[in-house]
Amino acid sequence: MSATENTKAVLDTVENVAKDPERTQPYAALGLKDGEYALIKDILGRRPTSAELAMYSVMWSEHCSYKSSKKYLRQFGTKTTEEMRKHLMVGMGQNAGVVDIGDGWAVTFKVESHNHPSYIEPFQGAATGVGGIVRDIISMGARPIAVMDQLRFGAIDHEDTARVFHGVVGGISFYGNCLGLPNIGGETYFDSCYQANPLVNALALGVLRHEDLKLANATGVGNKVVLFGARTGGDGIGGASILASDSFSEGGPTKRPAVQVGDPFAEKVLIECCLELYAADAVEAIQDLGAAGISCATSELAANGDGGMHVELDRVLLRDETLTPEEILMSESQERMMAIVDPAKLATFEAICKKWEVEYSVLGEVTEGNRLTIDWHGERIVDVDPSTVAVDSPVYDRPVAYPAWIDALNAQGVNASGLTRSEEGAQLGKWMLDLAGSADLASKSLITNQYDHYVMGNTALAMPDDAGMVRIDEETGLGVALATDANGRYCQLDPYVGAQLALSEAYRNVSSAGATPMAVTDCLNFGSPENPEVMWQFSKAVEGLADACQILGIPVTGGNVSFYNQTGDKPIFPTPVVGVMGVIDDVAARVPSGPQDAGLNIYLLGTTQDELDGSAWAHVVHDHLGGRPPAVKLEAEKALSAVLGAGANQGLIFASHDLSDGGLAQAIAEFSLRFGMGARYWLGEIEARDGVDLTAALFSESSARAIVAVPREEDVKFIGLCEGRGVPVMRIGVTEDTAAIEVQNLFTLQLDEIRARSNETLPKYFG
Amino acid sequence: MTKIGVVTFPGSLDDRDALRAVRLAGAEGVALWHADHDLQGVDAVVLPGGFSYGDYLRCGAIAAISPIMTEVKAAAAKGLPVLGICNGFQVLVEAGMLPGGLIRNDHGNFFCRDQKLRVESTSTAWTNEFEQGEEIVIPLKNGEGGYIATEETLDRLEGEGLVAFRYLEVNPNGSLRDIAGLRNEMGNVVGLMPHPEHATEPGFGPDTDAAMRSGTDGLRFFRSVLNSLAVA
Repeated sequence: MSATENTKAVLDTVENVAKDPERTQPYAALGLKDGEYALIKDILGRRPTSAELAMYSVMWSEHCSYKSSKKYLRQFGTKTTEEMRKHLMVGMGQNAGVVDIGDGWAVTFKVESHNHPSYIEPFQGAATGVGGIVRDIISMGARPIAVMDQLRFGAIDHEDTARVFHGVVGGISFYGNCLGLPNIGGETYFDSCYQANPLVNALALGVLRHEDLKLANATGVGNKVVLFGARTGGDGIGGASILASDSFSEGGPTKRPAVQVGDPFAEKVLIECCLELYAADAVEAIQDLGAAGISCATSELAANGDGGMHVELDRVLLRDETLTPEEILMSESQERMMAIVDPAKLATFEAICKKWEVEYSVLGEVTEGNRLTIDWHGERIVDVDPSTVAVDSPVYDRPVAYPAWIDALNAQGVNASGLTRSEEGAQLGKWMLDLAGSADLASKSLITNQYDHYVMGNTALAMPDDAGMVRIDEETGLGVALATDANGRYCQLDPYVGAQLALSEAYRNVSSAGATPMAVTDCLNFGSPENPEVMWQFSKAVEGLADACQILGIPVTGGNVSFYNQTGDKPIFPTPVVGVMGVIDDVAARVPSGPQDAGLNIYLLGTTQDELDGSAWAHVVHDHLGGRPPAVKLEAEKALSAVLGAGANQGLIFASHDLSDGGLAQAIAEFSLRFGMGARYWLGEIEARDGVDLTAALFSESSARAIVAVPREEDVKFIGLCEGRGVPVMRIGVTEDTAAIEVQNLFTLQLDEIRARSNETLPKYFG
Repeated sequence: MTKIGVVTFPGSLDDRDALRAVRLAGAEGVALWHADHDLQGVDAVVLPGGFSYGDYLRCGAIAAISPIMTEVKAAAAKGLPVLGICNGFQVLVEAGMLPGGLIRNDHGNFFCRDQKLRVESTSTAWTNEFEQGEEIVIPLKNGEGGYIATEETLDRLEGEGLVAFRYLEVNPNGSLRDIAGLRNEMGNVVGLMPHPEHATEPGFGPDTDAAMRSGTDGLRFFRSVLNSLAVA
């Protein structure tokens, strides 16, 4: 990289800047725009040293600074009411949000993207994605207790998809399994819009006692700044600024060296070391090192605290002795943490690190004033106000334009396009099988079998159930559930509605498992913010999400924005992955996504409208995308959630499955496949009550719906519960020991046949 | 109360789970540390699952020569019951306490599933609660669980009745002769790839026909050792 080669010859100290004030600096190669470079000079009253330039360039990158999204993300704060804040111990802005779940327990959770590295080097990109989000969780003072992953790949039959698929799944499996964290759920979708830009989002969940909460605030003059964990190497340099903030261009140079390399063993030891440090009360504050490495950790710790910080950079333990100070500042070597340690507790700190054979180095200390100063062998190479690096980065109000194509797309619904429907049983049954075997809906066991979901011994639900659920407290059974969702096709049709539907579905999934939704995290994956149409999509999605959170009464606690997801000038479908965390008083009351007993009544909750636009049916059967996504029904979702939660707690609901992609047809297939229990259904009453035809009854994706299995003796109580909450309820079937699904007067499908179709798809391409 | 030690190596993952299983069986769990030469007077030892020392070399190779293994080997030679689970089984094999080797799964991937096993030997410290030939379900999760040995060794293991468990229905990793676990001649040392500690608590084990996650076949490993210690 020419940027750093230039600086190798002479150390560019603050003193040197005075002697050489007009030097030409490679700010553009580091990703800074002309105006941003001018602003840095304004702030400093001089040109930056090359080390300062390195820091500003990574910290002001889109990935680290949220400079294009900040304007919109503020809504998550302004639309959060006092009532919603009631359980919020830490909101957006720290490493991850923290939510009080009662009995002195708190959980922290967050989803983050590692999209660009995962295209270049899928295995390491995905592995370090898991590693990075887990460190965010540790840095809140929590023990990580589960992970999930949200994946979007290119077309299942494209020649490059298998390369990315195997690398990503292998990387998540390798890293998560070696960390000893159960993987309790996730999503996998395929679409050509992700062909050269897969999405690899990773979510981690951690648990802590209230008093163990840690923040990334450097306070207490004289407290030591300690870097510990893995040594610093040349991996990932410039990753933040150059990789995550620039689009891939066809035929461009390979960017492989900028991808970090992960070592899960080092991270596992680091987790245990950190937890022991916390237990011994040996750290005052802590920050993980992820994007922008030491630049980020020092400037954020100092900016969040009440003093300044001085660091001697030559004390950093290196893997490669030839690294320049600029490279050390920018390195994204994994498995590192930075702690603020009271000198009186340094001996304790050192003893615990030695026990776990974790290397550490005291780099400097918290100082008076508000400057962050960094020396290299006694010479000053950085002298900045840390807030200007970490907090007050430029905020852009990027141009926004209503997409020229969207009206035409919205006008081409399934009816306007004349898509063929059917009233024939044989055809409807065939469509149901086609959906069950389609790439997005097919069994993902090829992936999930590669993840350990048993470790820690607290997993109450995992895939393929609607939500993952883990026990927090072994005495009381207190637990939390997590589900994530995002439907890119809906968001392409209408990003405001699409984002709300993603939230609705995750909310419904958590409720379906028997938990009460509490809080939200999101990973907003979009194209280039420099494209005004993408900015419009982004603004609408954030607005939709913030509005819906307010109505549902659950706050966004943190998350991540990933821009520049496109190849050339073609952006991905807007893909706002939304994760909802819910609480359950005792995980013994959890509800699986399918029945295990015959003779249970099956009820459909909610009503069905003719909403096939953007559906899996339109996509799989007709290769069609157009029209308007299903209507959002937030009040109905709340009522449904209340019924599902109360039904689970009172032991009325033996199985529950939400209706989403593929509508009722896919839901009843998955319901029966969960434990191999057959069922018989009748659709006439749905047609009559809701005024829909058979195609819509089976394949419409109307929101706020679920199917539940209820024992006959609880019928009266259950129906009373639904009526009391105003949730439409209709008995549509019964479970039977038949190993088949019969839809009366239309078709019968053997479970073996559905299972075969569902199971064969992924192995066909990736087996 | 009977004390059962669980060794934590750097990179051990299922150590806390094994301690919980010991408690659920009615014994006192004692955390042992890899760098100590001290078994703290325990009556039996569990080597848990995980990736000890990162398993950068052959799995379990470094753990097999860790300080605590000196004591574990010496005590096992005198009859101390030792159970090696997954990585612990790999450690036992690398330490020469059980024969053969464990290599990368034949299909190349990590594999997690509820695994049906047949109990082949019940005259051990860890299996005396089972019936000969009994079929049980124990969660399996490993990347390097393929059991290998020379034909001669395999014949000897079969001939001397030292195969403790065999995979049923699915051989999940290409293990020769479907071998899932072994015992030593004395019957105090048992190693297996599946994880009995993950089938000890209703609600958190493998699915059964009766109810999801209700399988507790693994608890009988830990009760077995209590039986054998009570007799001894």
